[in-house]
Amino acid sequence: MQVGLPATAPVPGASGVMPAPGASVAPPAPLLRIRGLRKAFGATEVLKGIDLEVAERELVFIIGPSGSGKSTLLRCCNRLEEPSAGEVWFEGRNILATGTDLNAMRRRIGMVFQSFNLYPHLNARDNVALALVHVLKQPRDQAHALALEALRKVGLGDRGEALPGELSGGQQQRVAIARALALEPAIVLFDEPTSALDPELVGSVLAVLRELRSAGMTMMVVSHEMGFARSAADTVVFMDGGRIVEQGPPARIFGADAQPRVREFVAAIEHR
Amino acid sequence: MSGLIETFFNLAVMRQYLPLVVQGMGVTVLLALVVVASGLALGFVLALLRSLRIRALALPIVLFADVLRAVPPLVILIIIYFALPTVGVRFSGFVSAWLGLSLVLAAFAEEIFWAGILSVPRGQWEAARATGLNTAQTMRRVVLPQAVRLTVAPLTNRAIVITKNTALASVLAVGEILYQAQAGYSFSYNPSPLTLGALAYLVLFIPLIWFGRWVEGRFAWKR
Repeated sequence: MQVGLPATAPVPGASGVMPAPGASVAPPAPLLRIRGLRKAFGATEVLKGIDLEVAERELVFIIGPSGSGKSTLLRCCNRLEEPSAGEVWFEGRNILATGTDLNAMRRRIGMVFQSFNLYPHLNARDNVALALVHVLKQPRDQAHALALEALRKVGLGDRGEALPGELSGGQQQRVAIARALALEPAIVLFDEPTSALDPELVGSVLAVLRELRSAGMTMMVVSHEMGFARSAADTVVFMDGGRIVEQGPPARIFGADAQPRVREFVAAIEHR
Repeated sequence: MSGLIETFFNLAVMRQYLPLVVQGMGVTVLLALVVVASGLALGFVLALLRSLRIRALALPIVLFADVLRAVPPLVILIIIYFALPTVGVRFSGFVSAWLGLSLVLAAFAEEIFWAGILSVPRGQWEAARATGLNTAQTMRRVVLPQAVRLTVAPLTNRAIVITKNTALASVLAVGEILYQAQAGYSFSYNPSPLTLGALAYLVLFIPLIWFGRWVEGRFAWKR
């Protein structure tokens, strides 16, 4: 199951403003296209009209102060949160449309959470294999083999029998990444994947992200790891107050020409 | 001292009524088993239905659980055995006790299962749903295994309480331990059969309580 191929997404009212990340070839059709996305919790509007495109193989990095709507934006992309308005186009469909097969969509959109959310009653292998068995309906043996293969890719091939409680935070998060990857998603959403980790464990998770990037995985990452954003992101998006304030390649967002609000935020984070 | 022995530990009387009390133990065990089985099953089903979060379903379930936990079990047994026949619904003493105690246990069990389901963090639901598992699969594969584990200890205690309440069935002329012991008492004019009954409860329930303690340790959360 490969993602490749010129995505034939019939994009409505295509404006095509979004430049392809660091490429001189023709920009590929976006894999994910968010248009006019709004989300309100009661009277509080958390997302106030987001337009964003993610190209295939692109790593989009989302930064911004807490409460700016970054996580909500991610969670609207697989409908863990139900958006109030807007469109999210993915693989040729507006996944916000009524009648969308949520479970079919979700196995194509991986998600990794800040707090790992591993199933504590299942060992690492079964954490990864669960959806293979019950969503993809693979035979148990095959699912187990694929799960161990996915664990190997995140450097945990020998920890398949370990319960989550027996693993370090960094290892748990890598199991969670393997769990998302095993379904061969077209895109993976990372919601602050290193925020709950002790500083010395952050590196192991970022290393996995880096490998994924070189393997061509499409990713949306919400994180405060500015160093990683500088070196690995194709596009950095700065959000504040439920809006995208600025987006562009890291050189621009982290450069002297960025908007003052962006520069202030980056400086504050980097001089913590 | 010899008066005490004569009155409460009268071996001759005890020997005479032992078979009756043993017979009562059989009835107690049978009643306890069917009550625990159907009470836990009903409580589990009610908690699952409540977890669908459909108001029209959840409201009556909550009402049922609240009422049956508020009213003393004896009152419920009396209603089923003595009041229902006036509207043409007639059950034997054993069936009345089974029904009544099952409903009481179901009310408590529903609350315990429900609390267990609620105690599983939201992130577990989200992780499972994010991999494409549907609601039922998430419930069965991710939430229930964790919830049930948390409920084993309180459920065991509840089951012990309700099994002891089988003694209430004596009011409905069900031939369980207490009923037989009281019968022995009134036939012999000597309370030693009641002592025998107390011993019978000890023999049955001490192992059950020990089992409960073992279960508690066995299912303690290993993280």
